[in-house]
Amino acid sequence: MAKGKDGGGGGNSNDSKYFTTQKKGEMHELRMELHATEKHVKVDAVKKVIASMTVGKDVSMLFTDVLNCVQTGNIELKKLVYLYLINYAKTQPELTLLAVNTFVKDSADANPLIRALAVRTMGCIRVDRITEYLCEPLGRALRDDDPYVRKTAAVCVAKLYDIAPELVAERGFLDTLHDLISDSNPSVVANAVAALSEIAESSGKDVMKVSAAVLQKLLAALNECTEWGQVFILDSLAKYTPADGREAEGIIERVTPRLQHANSAVVMSAVKVILSYMELMGSSNIRSDAIRSLTRKLAPPLVTLLNSEPEIQYVALRNINLIVQKRPHILENEIKVFFCKYNDPIYVKMEKLEIIIKLVSEKNIDQVLLELKEYSTEVDVDFVRKSVSAIGRCAVKLERAAERCIGVLLELIQTKVNYVVQESVIVIKDIFRRYPNRYESIIATLCDNLDTLDEPLAKASMIWIIGEYAERIDNADELLDTFLETFEEEDPAVQLQLLTATVKCFLKNPEDTQDMVQRVLDLATEESDNPDLRDRGFIYWRLLSTDPEAAKMVVLGDKPVIEDDTFRLDPGLLNVLIGQIATLSSVYHKPPEAFVVRRAAGISADDDEEDDDDENYEDGDTGEGDLLDMGGMNINDSRGATASVYETKSPMNKVCGAEKSNGIEVYAGFRQVNGTIRMEMQMNNISSPAEIQGLAIQLNKNSFGLSPTSQQISCNPPIAPGSSGIATVELVVTPNMLAPQSANQPASPQVQIAIKNMQTGTVFYFAVDFNLEALFSQDGTMERSVFIESWKSIDDRNELYGTVSDIPPENLDIDTVINKFKANNIFFIARRPVPNAEGQEVVYFFMRTITQMEFLAELTFKQGVTACKICLKTENSSYGLLAKQAIEYLLRDF
Amino acid sequence: MISMIMILNQKGDIMISRQYRDDVSRAGADSFRLQVVATKNTGTEAPVVRIENNSFLYTRHLNMFFVAVTRSNVNPALVFEYLYQLVRILKSYLGDEFDENAMRNNMTLIYELMDETMDFGYPQNCAVDVLKLYINLGSVKAQDEPEPSQLTSQITGAIDWRREGIRHKKNEVYIDVLESVNLLLSSTGAILRNEVTGAVQMNTKLTGMPECKFGLNDKLVIEKEGQRKPGVEIDDCTFHRCVRLGKFDADRTITFIPPDGEYELMKYRVTDNINLPFRIIPTIQEEQSLTKISINLKVIANFSDQLFATHVVIKIPVPKNTAKAKIKHSFGRAKYEPEQQAIVWRVKRFPGKAECHISADVDLMPTVRPKIWSRPPINCEFQVPMFTASGVHVRFLRVYDKSGYHTNRWVRYITKAGNYQIRI
Repeated sequence: MAKGKDGGGGGNSNDSKYFTTQKKGEMHELRMELHATEKHVKVDAVKKVIASMTVGKDVSMLFTDVLNCVQTGNIELKKLVYLYLINYAKTQPELTLLAVNTFVKDSADANPLIRALAVRTMGCIRVDRITEYLCEPLGRALRDDDPYVRKTAAVCVAKLYDIAPELVAERGFLDTLHDLISDSNPSVVANAVAALSEIAESSGKDVMKVSAAVLQKLLAALNECTEWGQVFILDSLAKYTPADGREAEGIIERVTPRLQHANSAVVMSAVKVILSYMELMGSSNIRSDAIRSLTRKLAPPLVTLLNSEPEIQYVALRNINLIVQKRPHILENEIKVFFCKYNDPIYVKMEKLEIIIKLVSEKNIDQVLLELKEYSTEVDVDFVRKSVSAIGRCAVKLERAAERCIGVLLELIQTKVNYVVQESVIVIKDIFRRYPNRYESIIATLCDNLDTLDEPLAKASMIWIIGEYAERIDNADELLDTFLETFEEEDPAVQLQLLTATVKCFLKNPEDTQDMVQRVLDLATEESDNPDLRDRGFIYWRLLSTDPEAAKMVVLGDKPVIEDDTFRLDPGLLNVLIGQIATLSSVYHKPPEAFVVRRAAGISADDDEEDDDDENYEDGDTGEGDLLDMGGMNINDSRGATASVYETKSPMNKVCGAEKSNGIEVYAGFRQVNGTIRMEMQMNNISSPAEIQGLAIQLNKNSFGLSPTSQQISCNPPIAPGSSGIATVELVVTPNMLAPQSANQPASPQVQIAIKNMQTGTVFYFAVDFNLEALFSQDGTMERSVFIESWKSIDDRNELYGTVSDIPPENLDIDTVINKFKANNIFFIARRPVPNAEGQEVVYFFMRTITQMEFLAELTFKQGVTACKICLKTENSSYGLLAKQAIEYLLRDF
Repeated sequence: MISMIMILNQKGDIMISRQYRDDVSRAGADSFRLQVVATKNTGTEAPVVRIENNSFLYTRHLNMFFVAVTRSNVNPALVFEYLYQLVRILKSYLGDEFDENAMRNNMTLIYELMDETMDFGYPQNCAVDVLKLYINLGSVKAQDEPEPSQLTSQITGAIDWRREGIRHKKNEVYIDVLESVNLLLSSTGAILRNEVTGAVQMNTKLTGMPECKFGLNDKLVIEKEGQRKPGVEIDDCTFHRCVRLGKFDADRTITFIPPDGEYELMKYRVTDNINLPFRIIPTIQEEQSLTKISINLKVIANFSDQLFATHVVIKIPVPKNTAKAKIKHSFGRAKYEPEQQAIVWRVKRFPGKAECHISADVDLMPTVRPKIWSRPPINCEFQVPMFTASGVHVRFLRVYDKSGYHTNRWVRYITKAGNYQIRI
């Protein structure tokens, strides 16, 4: 084969010919070629097969033929066959066994490259039978004389652990791996560290066991191994907790030289170690000096990262965003480096803006304002808008600079660029809220630009300003009047503001605006089908008609002063994320649990189809939970017809009255049936003119990400006027339906729903409270030991207490409760009597939602008392309350 | 760790994909094509995307996407550095401008490289020189292919960037100090941003395993040595992995065993006492009538008259509705280029200490609604050979080898404009 550079040269060197489409009979032809005696024909044929594989064509039927080529001394051919094997072994586990001999033979080859290749490839073949044969060669490879083989074997242990953890334990590979940390070769050390870290993370066990001796080994290897190895070691050091400040300082000293490495991953991992250890260094005088000098050392490398490739800049900026929130001093004098360059990609510019706002201070505000003003004249609309809004945020943040910021905003408004004006108006509203009664002089300028506003948010902001300062605007009522002409076409946000502003205007100047307020109230309460608007309209109406003074106090009352907390993270989360510097978590600004999903069940289901042995094995592995789960389902199935007490059922509540929906009364609730979430609706056709036959449904974004699998609901049989019927909607959880959550607020149980009656064309809206038990997953089991660990690891702040009283007596029997809960996917973990308390017993339960939120519950029962104490622990604290309510509901009402 | 590496073409078709873990399905990977490539927002949206629990991290070479897919909480900098390395390796094998065709023609080679440079999602040996010793598709099965065991110790050794037994007839080192100077001046002439980023590019052709010591006029070192000469204050620097960082941290000496051939030894950043090669003083006046603009520009070459700048291009922005521009200038070529919305002045050779003027009267077309001109900055490009804006120069490069051979060294300096902008 010729070298790649002369690509199109000799016919042999050109792999692209293998990509030519395969006609009929081609497979047969390939098969013939694979069996050819000439080596080059054979090699070419395998290349064609690999090419087909790459473009996604199924060539698994050639398995035996390709496998036949494996008996070869030609390394190139061997590598190709191995590549094929890795891809298709899972579909042909029996046939793959035929390759075992070759693997075993190769793993004892004289050439270390071949020995390593065999072990590496075997580890990638995820077939259980193969793994049995892997153990022997792997054991030998871990002790091989050649470092290349050892380093490959080290990673292979992690591969094996992923498939068969018990085999790794049985063979003592973990200990061997641990010994490799002391290997003389730095590459071997690095890979051993990588493998151990991974096993530690997936198993939750401390397999690294960093002792003083190991620590020294790691620090020594840090100086010698490759850039990647340095990253592995630094990342594992970051997970280690030094015994005291002195040790922390010692390690930091050895790590700081890494800040000068050309590889940005090494630099960022070193930053992570230093930042995490700084926490431990305490605050004595000597220490704070040390911390100060470290802070000085950290700034230059962080700044240097901004001279790297744009992708690295992006990662660095997301991390710096966290760092400046945690330790603002590090970069307080470096704001200039975050000024955007003309040719930075937009995503870099956006992140830089965020950091500029975080670093802005009285000292640098003038410079920052000049910059932001400059950005506001660029071409990218999103960036310009964000820059304008940044000016407003500076004003909200720095009181003394507010006036200068407003000055700049006014200049920008003069440019008359449509989106600049709109964004300016939006932020000026925020400035008014922050500093009430201070800058009204600029209202006149704003009013000159009314006609440029066409976006809902900008309009709503302007209307708010008019209403709030109606007494100082001579023609406030006229201005509002112009908006009212198009009231019905406006966005709901604008309508709401118009309503409020008109009422404010009326309260301040009742004589001239009586007609107007009447008109708005009519529009809001009678013409609109938006429930929010209508409700607000009614409230105002009632307030105004019963007690205008009270109305004044409510509508014109003082508003809380706002702060600029946009994008500021909650301190708890920030601390978590600081420990996650240089991981994806720090880029997403989310804790790892929020996006790392362990191997999904779907994958093991594939295995089951192929191999019966696998299935048994899997069952044995996941253990008790699954079996119990099936039991639960069986009970359901057998007794379903008689509406057993153990069946899940939807708590049906009236959610929509006939007056809102043109004659249809709706009761609705949620439940889970065979793993599917359902919303069940009972519809009473009170006075709808036609039979209810077809409905269309739409859900608003909600706290659970629920959305219907199909928008059409058909009622079969149709529900005639005067009768009632049932409609069921199947729901799925999709991330893009998830309403944005604020970290510390309890999640709202409400699911807002719109339904269109296809017969009459009526659209009606209502909201149903979601009951969380419908979201609990069938595979929500947990090992007892894991449960105990989790229980301990969850912070007490994430605990919820409550007592359920008046439980029906039949629900006080613990066995009944356990069975009942199981049917609702709340799984029993353990029970024990409370020592020294006669007749008291605690029971532990575990539940996991389909969205992978976990809840741990402790229920305390006492004989003869119709109440139960609940203690609930979860990391997803905003959903804790809902989980507790679900348990309470199930206890009260089976 | 990384589950899969894919290389896609412009349309998002998979050209190469190597699965390192089986937790990502092909269908899952395909969502990248549908949701990222198809939107054509790849230049403006973040290079880290999460779709259905799969995280995609990507970079581009020409119009190809190099994508890493993962389900775990990986170190993103590590992933990007690996992707850059992969592109670098492919460039070295297939040529700097390798394209889709070259990829297809060398598919098996690429698979082999991907197999060797990453295992189970962990990056492994990425040193091109070493890779070329044993991944070459049999082409250079030349006389000097080392023994397998020698090879493996090379791959896993502490010095994996250099192999033993290199011989050169002439021992030579070429050192290029490349600086790019960034400047942003406000319209009042205040310096908003001024910074030099420099790189020391080496090309070493040395025999054996020589130990090198390299010295710049780093202020900290010079002060320590008690010399009177002024030094340059270097804000921060990063080094090629051959440099002993511990040693640098301890006493700021730069010691290393060099790779053979071309590589970047170090990068540095300087922000203080920068010699700006060009001073540009603009006066730009818009007339009240909004139909005329008069531009006056004074440009002073602020470096020794022994030197000269090349490829000087100064772009003076003018409004969109420019009708014509009457330009007067002393040398070079200048004309109004509507597509750039600027008067572009090009000078091939600009002597040091020279001072020259350019002036222009710009006539604007009347517009129905007077539009305010956003006044973008004046932009400059240039190169000044044998000049460093930071003042950095190479003090020495000492080569120690047991055989004690003589080494020839050549040092070149060049400063060019990075972002050199003057707001008006």
